[in-house]
Amino acid sequence: MNFELTKEQEMTRKMVRDFAESVIKPRTIEIDQKAEFPEDIFDELGKLGLLGIPFPEEYGGSGGDTLMYAIAVEEIGRVCGSTGLSYAAAVSLGASPIYYFGTEEQKQKFLVPLASGKGLGSFGLTEPNAGSDAGGTETTAELVGDEYVINGEKCFITNASFAKTITVTAVTGKDEKGKKIISALIVPTDAEGLTIRSAYDKMGVRGSDTAEIILEDVRVPKENLLGDPEKGFKQFLYTLDGGRISIAALGLGIAQAAYEKALAYAKERKQFGKPISKFQAIQFKLADMAMEVELARNMVYKAAWLKDQNKPFTKESAFAKLYATETAFRASNQAIQIHGGYGYMREYEVERYLRDAKLLEIGEGTSEIQRLVIARQLGC
Amino acid sequence: MNIYVLMKRTFDTEEKIVIEDGRIDEEGAEFIINPYDEYAIEEAIQLRDEHGGEITVVTIGGEDAEKQLRTALAMGADKSVLINVEDDVEESDQFTTVKILEAFFEDKEYDMILAGNVAIDQASGQIGPRLAESLDIPCVTTITNLEVDGDKAKIERDVEGDVEKIEVSTPVLVTCQQGLNEPRYPSLPGIMKAKKKPLEELELDDLDLDEDDVEPKTKTIDVFLPPEKEAGKILEGEIDDQVNELVGLLRNEAKVI
Repeated sequence: MNFELTKEQEMTRKMVRDFAESVIKPRTIEIDQKAEFPEDIFDELGKLGLLGIPFPEEYGGSGGDTLMYAIAVEEIGRVCGSTGLSYAAAVSLGASPIYYFGTEEQKQKFLVPLASGKGLGSFGLTEPNAGSDAGGTETTAELVGDEYVINGEKCFITNASFAKTITVTAVTGKDEKGKKIISALIVPTDAEGLTIRSAYDKMGVRGSDTAEIILEDVRVPKENLLGDPEKGFKQFLYTLDGGRISIAALGLGIAQAAYEKALAYAKERKQFGKPISKFQAIQFKLADMAMEVELARNMVYKAAWLKDQNKPFTKESAFAKLYATETAFRASNQAIQIHGGYGYMREYEVERYLRDAKLLEIGEGTSEIQRLVIARQLGC
Repeated sequence: MNIYVLMKRTFDTEEKIVIEDGRIDEEGAEFIINPYDEYAIEEAIQLRDEHGGEITVVTIGGEDAEKQLRTALAMGADKSVLINVEDDVEESDQFTTVKILEAFFEDKEYDMILAGNVAIDQASGQIGPRLAESLDIPCVTTITNLEVDGDKAKIERDVEGDVEKIEVSTPVLVTCQQGLNEPRYPSLPGIMKAKKKPLEELELDDLDLDEDDVEPKTKTIDVFLPPEKEAGKILEGEIDDQVNELVGLLRNEAKVI
């Protein structure tokens, strides 16, 4: 057992924290309030190599590992949930599937720009009638000559309005049992027939772009089919396993921020002649927060470590996602409680943590779906 | 161009500092590259990128300083040297440091040595000028702009808010002041590449020095935190009365006039 981070992992934390504190933090309240996607921050993240952490250099990446990436998400999430979510989605959902399943040509053409920070990628899975139930997918891709013709509708797609490419899932046929065959296709966002609309007014992570996508006779060359045409379903399950680690890391970052804010406030705020941190009612809350944050961190890092060791991590990433995001929600809620009336005000930021954290219990598989994933791993 | 940077690992003065038994408690302290040395590293990188050459970052300290050296390498320096004195030197001062650096530079060829203006911990600002003196090369302190042209360097330096323009021949030692540049963040590819860059470790023996040679010339009597700031006083009443009261207080209580 060795809980020590490597020098590279520690340096990544220091660098991302410095960057987040000095560049992102001064703008987080405004990013939330105006619900504006901070495009320039993503340019900077790209230049620092953060959009390519877990990918090898030959694909434009930084040659780092999953744990370094999780630490980066945690540190960005600690100052801004919106930026953290878009960052996590760009790497885990936008770029990763192309890295996992793409051909050499696809990686050169589509992964290199994403990993080197020259553009964002997006993942189009959810539909109005299909989310965790991928069998409900209604988008179709029909092979006509050398091209796939795609028709359908996607919703709640992170980063789509600012993406270069979207990996879209679609039904490409039926197997002998009559079950839908779902494949993944890489669709450049300048393709004809593709409409991207970002009209959602969200509760939290308001600065992260969320869009709906309408595909009307969108044609892509058949070389854009990603990976095994029969195994699209398995592929995105694997992709989501990896994505869970990053959402868990984001939850961890928000929980950490909530805990830090609550502790600082409790030591400063005086009532009945002493700081409220001297009262057991407050102490117990802070003790729970500190403990849960640390437990979440251990689970998130372990899941990332397992992935880096090429060991199975499906169950652990579900543990991490479930526990860290619910910790984020609880910690934010308690942080507001400790702040009292001030906590309800935007200026004190803890109310934003709660709104941002709520999304994490829903996106990339709800808490209930995480429990299903875990139960399935238990053999139920 | 052969460029050397003198770097110090220091505690972060923005974090809380705890003093125990007359020493700063290192347990809880956060350690960083001395911020003024970051300007030196950044300037070295810009010089190398413009004129070619190689950057070596040198530090004196213990094993722990490797992290800061790796960070300098991740920013873009080419090589690094840790002069590890952990086992040999118990007490040290500016004399110790300069003596060690002098021995280190004895067989080196250099066009430019960059250092921070001061270290934020003890803030003596002595190492640069004293080393230049030992090496018998010119020294320009608190620089805010640097242009190298052949074996000449055009330098602007900060003199209490004014700017002094200097032309000097290389090799030269400069100490870097805030405003010289904006130090870059180490990029992720930089962090990964730093792992493969050379980090040479030397001890006093390797520099033909004995413990006696570097014995400090000064002795630290006490280390203490500045007294806690007391609450301010707000004067009330008519302006004229307030002025009178203020003058009285400055004369009798603060005794500054």
